[in-house]
Amino acid sequence: MHGTTILLIEVGALLFALGMLGRLGRRVGLSPIPLYLLAGLAFGHGGLIPLSASEEFIEIGAEIGVILLLVMLGLEYSASELVGNLRSAAPAGLIDALLNAVPGAGFALLLGWGWQAALVLAGITWVSSSGVIAKVLADLGRLGNRETPVILSVLVIEDLAMAFYLPLVTAVLAGAGLLGGVKALAVAVLTVIAVLVAAIRYGHAISSFMSVKDAEALLLSVLGLTLFVAGVAAELQVSAAVGAFLVGIALSGELAHSAVQMLSPLRDLFAAVFFVFFGLSTDPAAMPPVLLPALGLALLTMLTKVGTGILAARRSGIALPGQVRAGLALMPRGEFSIVIAGLAVASGVEPGLAPLATAYVLITVVSGPLLARLPDYTWFKKFVRRRMAVSRTAEPLPATD
Amino acid sequence: MRVRVEQTPLPGIGVRHDLVTSSGRTVGVVSHRNGRRDLVLYDVDDPDACLAAIPLTDDEAEALADVLGASLMLGQLSGLRQQAAGLLTEQVALPAGSPFVGRRLGDTKARTRTSASIVAVLRDREVIASPGPSFVFEANDVVVAVGTRQGLDGVTAILAGDHGD
Repeated sequence: MHGTTILLIEVGALLFALGMLGRLGRRVGLSPIPLYLLAGLAFGHGGLIPLSASEEFIEIGAEIGVILLLVMLGLEYSASELVGNLRSAAPAGLIDALLNAVPGAGFALLLGWGWQAALVLAGITWVSSSGVIAKVLADLGRLGNRETPVILSVLVIEDLAMAFYLPLVTAVLAGAGLLGGVKALAVAVLTVIAVLVAAIRYGHAISSFMSVKDAEALLLSVLGLTLFVAGVAAELQVSAAVGAFLVGIALSGELAHSAVQMLSPLRDLFAAVFFVFFGLSTDPAAMPPVLLPALGLALLTMLTKVGTGILAARRSGIALPGQVRAGLALMPRGEFSIVIAGLAVASGVEPGLAPLATAYVLITVVSGPLLARLPDYTWFKKFVRRRMAVSRTAEPLPATD
Repeated sequence: MRVRVEQTPLPGIGVRHDLVTSSGRTVGVVSHRNGRRDLVLYDVDDPDACLAAIPLTDDEAEALADVLGASLMLGQLSGLRQQAAGLLTEQVALPAGSPFVGRRLGDTKARTRTSASIVAVLRDREVIASPGPSFVFEANDVVVAVGTRQGLDGVTAILAGDHGD
């Protein structure tokens, strides 16, 4: 047998297994992300069935997966949406960053991992998963809820912040030091601002450059442009992911809509490969020792996310039940945390980071959507109503004379 | 009279429009970027939460809008009837043998001849509000006219084709 035939067999069996897992997950109402990670763990080094011939293929597929995840994220937001709610949502975003990045960084320092690892872990605990949360909100029929815009604007700020955070981490991990990181950050800030301004002012011109009518040409040109820009961004140490995100933002209107429809299946395919790859590069034997720390970190940062949601929703005048719903909804961490951890793993900064990140994401992404359902139970509603009644009577009553 | 419809952007999803009714209930529509829309009703106890999100297809949304629009139009007309004494509203069915089937509203010269106005036409359960002079009548149209008793009788006669002059 030749290498390519084994590769076909391995990749085929892997994808088929993922498909079955995804179906199983949907039946129990679980996001496929943890299942893909577990599959990766099972197939990797020291796992049950090691894949050998297809490793290189999966590695490249994973790289494309990250790029597609990010370009789709950019396509979902229009530039005016990103900038438009910046002013009103910035305080909530700041609370979010402080409450959730600091515990991660502190935790890494506590483990004695050094400041690079602290920077990485801060990002992992900071960013909620836009994909998982948007899906949970839709599944629970909460898109019309008054706290939903608050949740979404926190997610938008996080995603936008990633455009500045990723280049910094990329440069720092590449060994450029803090000074190099600041330089990459400066390049990223300028590029992001330039792209946002261009997208708001000339979005139509950029988009009319590519025709919506020819599906094949559109697919090739959007995919080509994305990969090209991502590659150039990586070459400039601004992170390939950020380059892809910016391409997504720059495209708008009808073009973005068709591009979303066309790239979605590709994204699903390669994103699954990416999650598997991350699981692959983690040795299952390294998991048990980090399980307890990961659980502790997950508990801590899920609580801080609840706090973030409550504070952010309260600022927008949402009542207590809505505040709790916002807090619980924000808990799952997912694709971004894995993207950040993936960068760290590629640079070999701290061997314990990958298993910790895997366990951490597994815990939050499984328990988050389940806990998000809590406010829908009657006992919970009763409890919150009683709390509201208590806080209402606790307020000083107007003096009766 | 004016109702405040609030628009809230939902980044990455679409927009939400909602309004608070005079009875204190909140109703809204979530318009998804991909063209989908949900009608949402809010909880009375917890006004931040929606009780139900009902997805509507294009046809369903259009039908619902028509029903709401039609009831509104007729409601406004009956309100008008009560407001101005001596001014009446009447629905006049276009008789099958009317000379105006297939002809334009302008041809009736109804307003100049009777000083009553044709303010709407009901066709297939649809309301065509304030039709212009170039509006073309079809069989089975029902004309809503506003005017004095005499004027309305004149419109009825014109549409039936037996106006003397």
